[in-house]
Amino acid sequence: MKLRNQKKHRKPLLLAISACTAALALLTGCNSNSEPKESLYIYNWAEYIDPEVITMFEKETGIQVSYDEFETNEIMYPVIEAGAISYDLVCPSDYMIQKMIENDLISEINFDNIPNYSNIDEAQLASAKEFDPENKYSVPYCWGTVGILYNTTMVDEVPDSWAVLWDERYKDSILMQDSVRDAFGVTLKYLGYSLNSTDETQLNEAKDLLINQRPLLQGYGVDQVRDKMIGGEAALGVIYSGEVLYCQSTNEELAYVIPKEGSNVWLDCWVIPKNAQNKENAEAFINFLCRPEIAVMNFEYITYATPNKAAKALLDAQYQENPAVFPDAAILSKCETFHYLGEEAEELYNNLWKEVRSN
Amino acid sequence: MNKKAFQKYLITGPYLFWMVAFTIIPLCMIFYYGLTDKTGAFTLDNVLAITSLEHAKALWLSLLLSLASTAICLIMAYPLAMILKSMSVSQHSFIVFIFILPMWMNFLLRTLAWQTLLEKNGVLNTILSSLHLPKQNIINTPYAIIFGMVYNFLPFMVLPIYNVLIKIDDNVIHAARDLGANSVQTFLRVIFPLSLPGVVSGITMVFIPALTTFVISNLLGGGKIYLIGNIIEQEFTTAYNWHLGSGLSLVLMAFILINMLFTFKFDGTKGAVL
Amino acid sequence: MTRQFLRKFYLCLIFIILYAPIVTLMVLSFNASKSRAKWGGFTLKWYVQLFQNEAIMEALYLTLILSFLSALIATVLGTAACIGINRMSKLSQSVIMGITNIPLLNAEIVTGISLMLAFIAFGIDLGFTTVLIGHIAFNVPYVILSVMPRVRQTGNASYEAALDLGATPLYAFFKVILPDIMPGILSGFLLSFTMSLDDFIITYFTKGRGINTLSTKIYSEVKKGIKPEMYALSTLLFLSVLLLLIAINFLPSKQKEKRQSEIHT
Repeated sequence: MKLRNQKKHRKPLLLAISACTAALALLTGCNSNSEPKESLYIYNWAEYIDPEVITMFEKETGIQVSYDEFETNEIMYPVIEAGAISYDLVCPSDYMIQKMIENDLISEINFDNIPNYSNIDEAQLASAKEFDPENKYSVPYCWGTVGILYNTTMVDEVPDSWAVLWDERYKDSILMQDSVRDAFGVTLKYLGYSLNSTDETQLNEAKDLLINQRPLLQGYGVDQVRDKMIGGEAALGVIYSGEVLYCQSTNEELAYVIPKEGSNVWLDCWVIPKNAQNKENAEAFINFLCRPEIAVMNFEYITYATPNKAAKALLDAQYQENPAVFPDAAILSKCETFHYLGEEAEELYNNLWKEVRSN
Repeated sequence: MNKKAFQKYLITGPYLFWMVAFTIIPLCMIFYYGLTDKTGAFTLDNVLAITSLEHAKALWLSLLLSLASTAICLIMAYPLAMILKSMSVSQHSFIVFIFILPMWMNFLLRTLAWQTLLEKNGVLNTILSSLHLPKQNIINTPYAIIFGMVYNFLPFMVLPIYNVLIKIDDNVIHAARDLGANSVQTFLRVIFPLSLPGVVSGITMVFIPALTTFVISNLLGGGKIYLIGNIIEQEFTTAYNWHLGSGLSLVLMAFILINMLFTFKFDGTKGAVL
Repeated sequence: MTRQFLRKFYLCLIFIILYAPIVTLMVLSFNASKSRAKWGGFTLKWYVQLFQNEAIMEALYLTLILSFLSALIATVLGTAACIGINRMSKLSQSVIMGITNIPLLNAEIVTGISLMLAFIAFGIDLGFTTVLIGHIAFNVPYVILSVMPRVRQTGNASYEAALDLGATPLYAFFKVILPDIMPGILSGFLLSFTMSLDDFIITYFTKGRGINTLSTKIYSEVKKGIKPEMYALSTLLFLSVLLLLIAINFLPSKQKEKRQSEIHT
């Protein structure tokens, strides 16, 4: 008896809820029902573009942009290789582009459709040759370094060596990178090896160091590092240089340093996968992004260094001269770019990384 | 008769087709991938990979954490269900809704909110330090994961137990009391055995998602807690070794099967949840 | 007395644990600072920006339509199946119910991965359809579990009586069986709807380009910090459900009194 009553009582409520949500669904549906003729599917890093730029592009060209995000190169790659989802434009980093070229996953770009390509800095194009020898497949989008973001109120001296990541004093206050190449890259650099090492003993040495580091860490993260550093949760975090300006704008106690052992300098580029269905739209979008004023807009939103020399000239002097954003040649000479190391080495890295993570 | 047989297959047909196409065949795919290597040859390596140190560790941790959180859920949920049962009828539906209502907010957001509450400079520690109590370091530890599991899965333990408890005829309890049983005896010998189906289905509904989660450990573990669910997810998303991922999923399914046998032994049905 | 107090205390404690994160999210929706970790003063701007944020509105729309469609299709499929299964032999019944239990008892990650593997193996492009299929596949068992007991209770007698009196099978179904099993169908539908609404794992593995439900959108935002608009949206959703609840629980007090007196008699 009790049960029956209670159930009767519940039904109209639930019914009303679902009726309302269904009505809402239909209501919102009416707005977005018109099917666009032209479309463009982009797969990019999280928060790696000013949404306003996409809106402007859509307005100007009538191309409907659909946008998905990934967190690391390693997450992006299987999606492209599996081919069950076809994107028109992807933004991987250097070594991943090399891997995609070697595995025949991306197609050559038709530069006739990208007149604004001339705005790209020749120096960046030269460094892009490391992974794309003839500059045929990629258009540089952002570049930067990997370094240590630290809270000046919690760290006494400038942490100019990677050694600080193994410093007992900062137990539970260190945030480490959560992607295999970055974590090993940092450690190999600290040990004085190349971050493209495939030597098993060197890698094992790095693995042991990473395992020793685990108890000292507050956690691993890629993009979470940003929020935690802003909140004063941790003293030190390994971070991409592009996040520094944003972090400093919200928390003035933060500073960035590239350790003296050297680090990783990276370059993210736009590439067009082989199975893209809207190649010309993708090229139109790249061209749009290469406009100096658009690149400036983008820079101000994402604060990652732009390889667009025309755009850089338009920036405030405080940005142009900020060594965290545009590091000088002396620092860069100590930095290396990641290379794709082949399937075998990749598996070795993956296995060692799994050992570190599950320890 | 023939027409009738035809009819019943006509109306069941779409469902059967659906289950074969989208439940059985996909499961066969896991078996296929799990038992072959990259060249397509038969191998047991992917399943046996569970014995390698890092996988075994992750599985062990998953078992430990999920058993702990299942036990805590049970201990928390049973008294709760008893209290809910004892409330007056007019409060019934409202109270029950109070416990279902949070589920209408996305569970990822709710779990994430615990990060804000539990972290070093989080709400909890701010309250503690203003009371001059020592700060607690919970976030990114196994305790945070247990916390997240209990928080997320508690309603799945409360509801089945509650649903069984309210079906127990009060007269049975009165009879036991009239026959001289004290409240402890009544509970142990009457109420608890009668509620067993609810308890068992509650255990299943908490244990399996807890054992296989990768989301909670991702959100509250800060990447330091690596469960078997995380390993499988990584094999599919970043390491790109579907064969290994499928092989480990098969191991996981073995545990689910054990749990199922346990469930059937106690004759608990999922229907009790409803 | 102490017992009563203990009960109240325990309920309060659970209540606090259940609602602490929700209050936190609500507070964050008024936080002027974009970062979760810092309080930047009170603002309502996220509520304004929410309605201009196409990505979030699209995810909301997709989530609702997906939950609605998958619940609807699952309900139709499941209800038909229940009626058919009920007339089968005991053996076929238990085999089919066994299969029905698979998605319920299996781990979501395994279900999600298995669907993804099958879609890719058969060359089906991942997209809205695959997510919909995935959702229906895990919703149907819930429908069957809610409808089946009702169908069993109803039995065949009145249906056959209707047929004997000259009703067509379809007419007899709508006039005799359907009203009887309606409560089961409704609760199956609602259960499916809720499960779909909150699902993350199945969607995560079966979704294609440009497909984002609220759950996957939130998961992708977790790392860089959730956009405050998302907090605003969930606060609004939560409050509207809460208001509905209160309205239905407290407003028709006349009915309520009537029911109370019914119970007492």
